[in-house]
Amino acid sequence: MTEWSFDVQTMTEPLLKITSVTKRFGGFTALDGVNLAVAQGERFGLIGPNGSGKTTLINCISGALRNEGGSIQFSGEEVSKLPAYQRTRRGIARSFQIPRPFTSMTVLENLLVPLEFVAHRNSLLRPDTRAEAMEILQSISLADKAGTPSNQLSQVELRKMELARAMAARPRLLISDEAMAGLSGNEIDEVLGILFKLNETGITIIMIEHIMQAVMRFSQRVVCLDAGKIICEGTPTTIVANADVQRAYLGA
Amino acid sequence: MKTNGYGFWIGSAVVLALACIAAATIKNEYYFFAAYIVVQFVVLATAWNILGGYAGYVNFGTSAFFGVGAYIAVMLIKWMNLPLGLQIVAAACVGGALGFAVGLLTLRLRGIFFSIATVAVTIILETAVINWRFVGGATGVQILRPPVMEPFDSYTKMLFVCAVILAIIAVAIARYIETSWIGRGLRAIRDNEEAAECTGVPTLKLKLAACAISGALMSAAGAPLAMYQSFVEPASAFNLTYSVSALAMPIIGGTSHWIGPVIGALLLGTVQQVVTVTISSELNVLVVGVLLVVFVVGAPQGIVGLFVKLREKIKGKNI
Amino acid sequence: MDLLLDAIVLGLLVGCFYAAVSVGLSVAFGLLDVPHIAHPAFLVLGAYGTYMLNRMGWDPILAGVALMPAFMLLGIAVYRFYYETFERRGSDAGLRGLAFFFGVVFIVEVGLVMVFGVDQRLVEAPYIGKSLAVGDMRLPLRLLVAFAMALVLTIGLSLYLSKTFTGRAIKAVAQDETALRLMGANPVRIKQWAFGIATAVTGLAGALLIIVGPVEPTIDRVYIGRTFCVVVLAGLGSMSGTLVAGIILGISESIVLTLLGASWAPAVSFGLLLVMLGIRPQGLFGR
Repeated sequence: MTEWSFDVQTMTEPLLKITSVTKRFGGFTALDGVNLAVAQGERFGLIGPNGSGKTTLINCISGALRNEGGSIQFSGEEVSKLPAYQRTRRGIARSFQIPRPFTSMTVLENLLVPLEFVAHRNSLLRPDTRAEAMEILQSISLADKAGTPSNQLSQVELRKMELARAMAARPRLLISDEAMAGLSGNEIDEVLGILFKLNETGITIIMIEHIMQAVMRFSQRVVCLDAGKIICEGTPTTIVANADVQRAYLGA
Repeated sequence: MKTNGYGFWIGSAVVLALACIAAATIKNEYYFFAAYIVVQFVVLATAWNILGGYAGYVNFGTSAFFGVGAYIAVMLIKWMNLPLGLQIVAAACVGGALGFAVGLLTLRLRGIFFSIATVAVTIILETAVINWRFVGGATGVQILRPPVMEPFDSYTKMLFVCAVILAIIAVAIARYIETSWIGRGLRAIRDNEEAAECTGVPTLKLKLAACAISGALMSAAGAPLAMYQSFVEPASAFNLTYSVSALAMPIIGGTSHWIGPVIGALLLGTVQQVVTVTISSELNVLVVGVLLVVFVVGAPQGIVGLFVKLREKIKGKNI
Repeated sequence: MDLLLDAIVLGLLVGCFYAAVSVGLSVAFGLLDVPHIAHPAFLVLGAYGTYMLNRMGWDPILAGVALMPAFMLLGIAVYRFYYETFERRGSDAGLRGLAFFFGVVFIVEVGLVMVFGVDQRLVEAPYIGKSLAVGDMRLPLRLLVAFAMALVLTIGLSLYLSKTFTGRAIKAVAQDETALRLMGANPVRIKQWAFGIATAVTGLAGALLIIVGPVEPTIDRVYIGRTFCVVVLAGLGSMSGTLVAGIILGISESIVLTLLGASWAPAVSFGLLLVMLGIRPQGLFGR
């Protein structure tokens, strides 16, 4: 089933198209000519051992870093020279590996930032952003924490708030950077459920994850990075069976 | 700590009215001489807080902006004898431009580089003025006050009322920024700049705007100095004690709410005046330094924070 | 032309001295990331300590060395305090840490004014007031002594950081704290030690400060520019860069002094610093 949908999706123009993207830090090449295409509505998994360049790649996509060579196209537009906030406004949202809440604000206020700066930045009328934020919080059952200062949240609540804040930017592409690290089994299921639900509303999702079970369950297609290069691409089942991936992970 | 919009404007009107009544009834000019300084610090502290308190970028260069304001006024008086109002407006424009330029140079970098750059700008401008004959060089320049305008009976009183108006403008601007989306964006920057950028906040633009507005207000506050002292010299106009005071007052009062810098300036400014008169001006700097360190360590949310905590405690007991 | 040559030679000597007064900051700010704006104030504190010991008949350099243990303790205490109150609590550490050190600057300044007054203070030593004739040039002996000591200090610290185990640990903590923690080392303790070393070096550098010229309580303000200029110019945490950067600053200042006059001197370091921040904030030798 998944293999089918993948074939169909690549027929149309991809939402995100990365062509030979390179990034160096001093003498160290973190990304070495990476090519990728993510289709509209896809659930895409990005895996790889520590230091393989996953986070560098999504930093380049979201604009936290500038890539040196290659191009990044988002729905047909070159975005690799744009500052991060412009990319967010065009529909690329992300969560952070280590959650980065706005600590002086409550959970609700955290969501108001993207609502005011992205979704409603041009509205002349004052839309009820608070009600909208509440709605998002309800959809991920975090509404009871709306008034809690964000520095008093538990790990799973922080993860959920990060996702909620990304959702509030009304993205077309959501990059989830290890949103499940450090969570228990039940909590992982909960976060996975949220991501599935988001995907059903048409949001394309790139998931970076160390927890293999989660990626494999979630993704329609998986790419494995190693030392800044894509070593393998395919459905979860083919990836798991791939010899290169096993070598990269086990170091054999 | 929500303040209703009408309440704020009524309060401001009352403050202004009181200032005018005081000017009309109190004879002793010394009070106005001292009160002017305190009110001037309300402007400086409020201006500092727009960038420092909301966005978390520490400006050590209040004295640079203040001194620029004072010397813009000196230049305009010497060139074409422009009236005070225009001096203030011109100073604000130049201060805003200076803030924008310094910001453009260093606000892309980590916070401490901006802070160091502001010290640099202070010393460079002071050195430039010291070497500039037209405005008197290191020895300074004497200014002749024009005759006082109706309905005031003394120049100091007029400057005092003028400072009160400036303070109200500054606080109104700070309050607007704080309660609007701009303030939310600045706070997001202070909390986590990268996350702010990734949630759509144009961080550089907002920081530049805050830096320019803050600089404009600081320079505006410096413009009347020429008339106030009838004398301006670089060593006092660019004195780093303005920087430390303008930074200490919001931190002591509380940086998260516009009332914080006002409280801090009124309290610390008054204490400074008393200490300077009764003991020495050195000790007054020591008081600022010690209070700054004590608050930054012991009460990071300032007096406003202490007040909020107290209120929560009382509430907690009632329930 | 001779004037220019003089300026360059003097600049070279003074430049090494600038490197010596900046190495402490290079460790504290460049390696440990502490926004230590009070570094120049500590430097002046060292100068006044030297002044006091000199009044009791000590040689200024000996006095500077004798001050080192006390400054080491001061540094450890300051870092410990900074860590406990700001760094560990995380958010807002930047703003509050900066404000804290800025407050310390003024406390030190006023403290010195209250104890010693605003007058300039000097030290006495056999090598102060004499000069050495080299060709047509007359080089003040005090500058040469400071120059030699500065070289020893800067190179010594640089060797300590690259050759000894603790030194390497200090450099490692600057690069990757987590990795160090995984290896079982305590980064806070290493940083505390490093800050202690940096402050001890600053104490000795303070002795050089008062050997080179008279000192007053607010002289630290010019040195905010000079030390930060050297550290930024060198690239954060680069020890060998510090020496080169110091010499660049020394020569620039001395040329400006010769061409434009002494009243422009304070602007040189701050100007250079601003230019560097604007065009190359990673410094000459930074990545």
